[in-house]
Amino acid sequence: MPTLSTTLLDAVALLATFDAQVAEIVWLSLRVSGAAVVLGTAIGLPLGAVLAIGRFPGQQAAIVLINGLMGLPSVVVGVVVYLLLSRSGPFGAFGLLYTPSAMVIAQTLLVIPLMAAIARQVVEDAWQRYEEELRVMRFSWWQSVTTLLYDCRHSLMVAVLAGLGRAMSEVGAVMVVGGNIDRVTRVMTTAIALETSKGDLPLAIALGIVLVVVILVLNAVAFAVRGWAMRRYG
Amino acid sequence: MFPIRIRGLRFRPNGRAVLDGVDLDLAGEGITLVLGPNGAGKSVLLRTLCGLITPSDGDIDWGGGRRPASGVMMVFQHPMLLRASVLENVSLAMKPLGVSRAERQRKAADVLERVGLAHRAGDSGRHLSGGEVQRLALARAWLTRPRLLLLDEPTASLDPSATAEVERIIREIRTDGTRILMTTHNLGQATRLGDDVVFMSAGRVREHTPVQRFFARPASDEARLFIQGELPWRMSF
Repeated sequence: MPTLSTTLLDAVALLATFDAQVAEIVWLSLRVSGAAVVLGTAIGLPLGAVLAIGRFPGQQAAIVLINGLMGLPSVVVGVVVYLLLSRSGPFGAFGLLYTPSAMVIAQTLLVIPLMAAIARQVVEDAWQRYEEELRVMRFSWWQSVTTLLYDCRHSLMVAVLAGLGRAMSEVGAVMVVGGNIDRVTRVMTTAIALETSKGDLPLAIALGIVLVVVILVLNAVAFAVRGWAMRRYG
Repeated sequence: MFPIRIRGLRFRPNGRAVLDGVDLDLAGEGITLVLGPNGAGKSVLLRTLCGLITPSDGDIDWGGGRRPASGVMMVFQHPMLLRASVLENVSLAMKPLGVSRAERQRKAADVLERVGLAHRAGDSGRHLSGGEVQRLALARAWLTRPRLLLLDEPTASLDPSATAEVERIIREIRTDGTRILMTTHNLGQATRLGDDVVFMSAGRVREHTPVQRFFARPASDEARLFIQGELPWRMSF
């Protein structure tokens, strides 16, 4: 039975030697979660802005739904995407199940509500301050959306970071639709779960360290950029 | 667009009469100062004219037609400032007009020159002083060459030097052919800038006269008390 210290030393050794298996898993995780966050940003932020300033029937219900979906269990999203992409599902013909693309789709669906809900709150606050002047200048509905998203870009970084955190740390959805196939769909979280269950704790710990470091570095960069932008633009 | 004829304009949110039958004629030239105590309905009248408020009742005739789709601009007491450069904040006004970004920025640079902010074009709009913010807001409105410009206390809380600069720009905009309707609590400013005065209280226009006559011979007791600074606060409601 390995001790905690020997496990940690083995994990650090794996990282120090730049283990190929670890690198491959980390790289796939970054690609999958990065793609999901890019797609989530492109869809979730405008969706949040539309919910903030649009006036349409069912708007309140849509806001409640988006807020509710923030807490959606990732494994449920995984099952839904699994059903959609399975051979007998409506998108089965694309053959996406157990591929990184399926994992991107699942993670995108997970992060959209979170990013949209945060964006809605941020943009709604700005809309209350800017509405009259934008209306006087005869901004169209869509011009108002794009202008507010641009103006709130520093605050919306929080939404992007929250999406990234959710995408990178979730395990249920990618496990279901990716299958945790070695060298194909194995990402950090699924690998940690698998290696822990196998008893290969050094690899699990090494991946855990990378996961935490990646998230901390991205947050630190975002914090620094936001600080610079706030000093530059107020 | 002119003459603008306002008849029986009422605005009663939650049953409270903010505008209580405003009648007013505005010809096509000059600067009209809207004076009156707090709560008289001055700002609401301006907001109604630029379409931000739908009146409960009454008519506004815009030179024989309905409110034009463009040509009316408003500068607020606390103008909106995007987290962007001064140049971008000004050129923003032309975005809905379908003008290219390069053209917008060229025209914005021209108007910034006229309001004395060219040297700050690249700075963040949020780093401007109060007076500079108002000049930016005037530049943004001027950029669209409005026929009617509504100014809601544009010099409130500005120091005398910043106020003088803003007044200079307002005169220039007027000389450029824009009709100006402006609220203020600064009676000195009214005499310096105004051609005529609209005095309001309790949601109604009490008198509309040339500025010299208003201050020399106010027609109503309310206006006289207002000029003397003795209008009881309760009369504003």
